[in-house]
Amino acid sequence: MTEIQAGVGAADTAAPGQVPAIELDEVVKEYVSHGEVVQAVKGVSMTIDEGEFFSLLGPSGCGKTTSMRMIAGFEEPTRGVVRLHGQDVTNVPPNKRDVNMVFQSYALFPHMSVWDNVAFGLKRKKVPDAEVRRRVGEMLEIVDLVGREKRRPREMSGGQQQRVALARALVNRPRALLLDEPLGALDLKLRQHMQIELKRIQREVGITFVYVTHDQSEALTMSDRIAVMNDGLVEQLAGPREIYERPATKFVAGFIGTSNLLSGVVSSVNGSCAVLALGPADRVVVPIKGSAAEGDTVELTVRPEKIIISTEKPDGDLSMVEGTVSEVVYLGTSNSYAVALAGGTEITVFQQNAHDSTTTAERGDTVWLSWQPQHSYALQ
Amino acid sequence: MSALNRVFRGRGLQIYTWLVIAWLVVPIAVMILFGFNDTKGRYNTTFQGFTLKWYGKLFEIGDLTEALVNSLLIAVLTMLIAGVLGSLIGLALGRYRFRGSGAMNIVMFAAISCAEIVMGASLLSLFVTLAVPLGFWTIVISHVMFSISFVAITVRARVMTLDASLEEAARDLGAGTWTTFRLVTLPMIFPGVLAGSMLAFALSIDDFVITNFNAGGTVTFPLWIWGSTRVGIPPQVNVMGTLIFAAGLLIALGNVLIARRRR
Repeated sequence: MTEIQAGVGAADTAAPGQVPAIELDEVVKEYVSHGEVVQAVKGVSMTIDEGEFFSLLGPSGCGKTTSMRMIAGFEEPTRGVVRLHGQDVTNVPPNKRDVNMVFQSYALFPHMSVWDNVAFGLKRKKVPDAEVRRRVGEMLEIVDLVGREKRRPREMSGGQQQRVALARALVNRPRALLLDEPLGALDLKLRQHMQIELKRIQREVGITFVYVTHDQSEALTMSDRIAVMNDGLVEQLAGPREIYERPATKFVAGFIGTSNLLSGVVSSVNGSCAVLALGPADRVVVPIKGSAAEGDTVELTVRPEKIIISTEKPDGDLSMVEGTVSEVVYLGTSNSYAVALAGGTEITVFQQNAHDSTTTAERGDTVWLSWQPQHSYALQ
Repeated sequence: MSALNRVFRGRGLQIYTWLVIAWLVVPIAVMILFGFNDTKGRYNTTFQGFTLKWYGKLFEIGDLTEALVNSLLIAVLTMLIAGVLGSLIGLALGRYRFRGSGAMNIVMFAAISCAEIVMGASLLSLFVTLAVPLGFWTIVISHVMFSISFVAITVRARVMTLDASLEEAARDLGAGTWTTFRLVTLPMIFPGVLAGSMLAFALSIDDFVITNFNAGGTVTFPLWIWGSTRVGIPPQVNVMGTLIFAAGLLIALGNVLIARRRR
């Protein structure tokens, strides 16, 4: 994905000549609950490209499912416009939209066989019988369910039901496939397997996937781009690497992976970097986006695996802080350290068990934590 | 406690079970048996020998046959009307929250818990006030009225167990409102609709109290039997009862068989 598209409300940044698959333009959804107006979605704009694997990621109640249901047509936006391939579909009912959905509960028709479930959409579109047979057969092959056409959904395992649901939606060759936490009901092993499967199927059929999930690792694994949502708004919209490495907000930093939050007062500004004062011997340099003046408080985030733990003060231009080890946890492939700083802040550090199984520091040791300045990010 | 347990685990539980079964079955067995009674007198109360002649003479009492036909017609009409209307009410109550849905629920349960004698009397005064001539149709109206709640509650229970996303899935796959109802909603709630409708049929065919108030000159099967108790119930009544019971039993057995084959 190109960097330019990583902005919020970037409706005009799609590649020229190519109409985006899905556009949300300043979409707001309000509900009336117990006489009070509740905003589930508070003004969301995004552009999803043709063939993209796009995730809506966020905690429950962040508006991700509501946003998806507005794309599907199950909810009408209170304000704003939904476009599919440039066409305004804001008030078009779901049965007249060229998108299909995989439901969280799968919503397979229990009184129909696997075959009839998958053929349902094509029959509604009055596709000729021969073509229905061919396309359903092909699709069952893709999802690896050949030989199970006559089964009822309840006679199948969760993973198989999941694939029937996928086939039932994909067989219609929708312009976009919407998936609402489709792996939520599966156990961990199967979920990881299905993540790879989904990605393979998406590559094979080349259809735009919009994926709703609260599982950050799932979103990071599969997506081309991710919109991280919180409280009805998009906090950050970017590729997985960008979101993980350069979280735009405190929320994103906290929601995706483990991060350490530090705050300090700017002691001097050096070009595009600010030098923060923490402890007396500490030196933290952080690149800043906007303007920061001496005396401002700046919050920054550092990922635990970027930090090097050492018993001696490191040399060079690294950012460094001093602290006391309060906990060491052996995790097999890595060690996790909790280090308390002088101000009381606790920092988590992951260290790979690359060379030997002995730990660098023990509980109670005074240690130095250091990292490259470009690995810390000032938060908005 | 353990002594009681031992009794129930051994003979005790068996005896108890057979007692309950006997309690349920003996009255029916007596009814069936006296349909084969070669009774000589007017009263069919002592067993005087086995015969099949009452099955041959089943429709020889004209009034009784007419009463049975009336009852069957009324029961089928009730089943159809209450089945359709009650299912729609059940669907609405189970699926949607709307203005008045709470009141509707209360009315449904009130209609079920209301004593029949009260309902029959108030229906009579309603018909008299509105100058509706009593007869076949007032019976149908009253039967639909008291059985509709049973259908609605049965269907509502079924609808509430349904995943609402099934209907959304159908819409998502291109089915309009009517197609969604025909292909997804109705097949899913059909067991409830069937159970409710059969309940309506069963409630209608043996109703006496409400019917007695609103029948006018029309005689139904239960009304005819009630009338004949003073002069002696003919064995044909036992035969008809046996046949109605057998029909019900066949439906129940068929249901079990279909359910077993679906497994």
